[in-house]
Amino acid sequence: MARMKFLVDAERCIECNGCVTACKNENEVPWGVNRRRVVTINDGVVGAEKSISVACMHCSDAPCMAVCPVDCFYRTDDGVVLHDKDICIGCGYCFYACPFGAPQFPQAGAFGLRGKMDKCTFCAGGPEPDRSETEFKKYGRNRLAEGKLPACAEMCSTKALLGGDGDVIADIYRERVVRRGKGSEVWGWGTAYGPGKPGAQPPAGAKS
Amino acid sequence: MKRALYILAAAAVVGLAGCGESEQVIVYKQGKYQGKPDTRPWDNEPLAAGPKWNKGDRTSWETQIKQRQLGQHEHRRIYQ
Repeated sequence: MARMKFLVDAERCIECNGCVTACKNENEVPWGVNRRRVVTINDGVVGAEKSISVACMHCSDAPCMAVCPVDCFYRTDDGVVLHDKDICIGCGYCFYACPFGAPQFPQAGAFGLRGKMDKCTFCAGGPEPDRSETEFKKYGRNRLAEGKLPACAEMCSTKALLGGDGDVIADIYRERVVRRGKGSEVWGWGTAYGPGKPGAQPPAGAKS
Repeated sequence: MKRALYILAAAAVVGLAGCGESEQVIVYKQGKYQGKPDTRPWDNEPLAAGPKWNKGDRTSWETQIKQRQLGQHEHRRIYQ
């Protein structure tokens, strides 16, 4: 059973913002709403600069779902966290709950009116007929219903951003880490090296 | 006298019923998704130009999308 996830390789991200542009273009996201953005730390420091692309991580135990007062969130069979904009009241609780700052609110009107929440849908649309005009206008394109992966991951030029079934992309990342010999400390030993042999111990200082 | 008491009691019951709060919009179930049901990706007909799967067959949809995911694996993509 697929459980859709994103995984970003900080060793590869070159801060090109191709994923941001792909998302904006594919879903025709309005101004002021950034479903995906690139975060850089130690900007300009030689050898220490790292970037990652951040959006909704489609958490297995999503805090946004837990705090929503009108229960507008749901999880699809393939693990994508989506919401119904017809139910959302734009209260902003999900924004405070989300550790990634994924929920976005369109600002329109003279009095700082906050619209209904908008976030990354893993290019899976929402609760409207698949591939319909209504779905596109409310939630963006439904690429999963076209048998495709999210536009951001497919557009990534260095393949720093991986999208798909958690097990498959963890395998890809693991092989990459083994070949280059570094990067396991970012995501933890389990993701980078898998379960390993019974009784095998991770190196000192590695995350579990 | 007894009849008047019955009428008074009935009027009181009907009158007090107006003070009750009944759900007027939706039947709200705490902690349950309240929105519209969503369709599943594999329940769609594949596009004419694009990946193919059998409509309604989850396994075939997952097989083709897994194949697509492996396209992100440059080591295998190049050496296969």
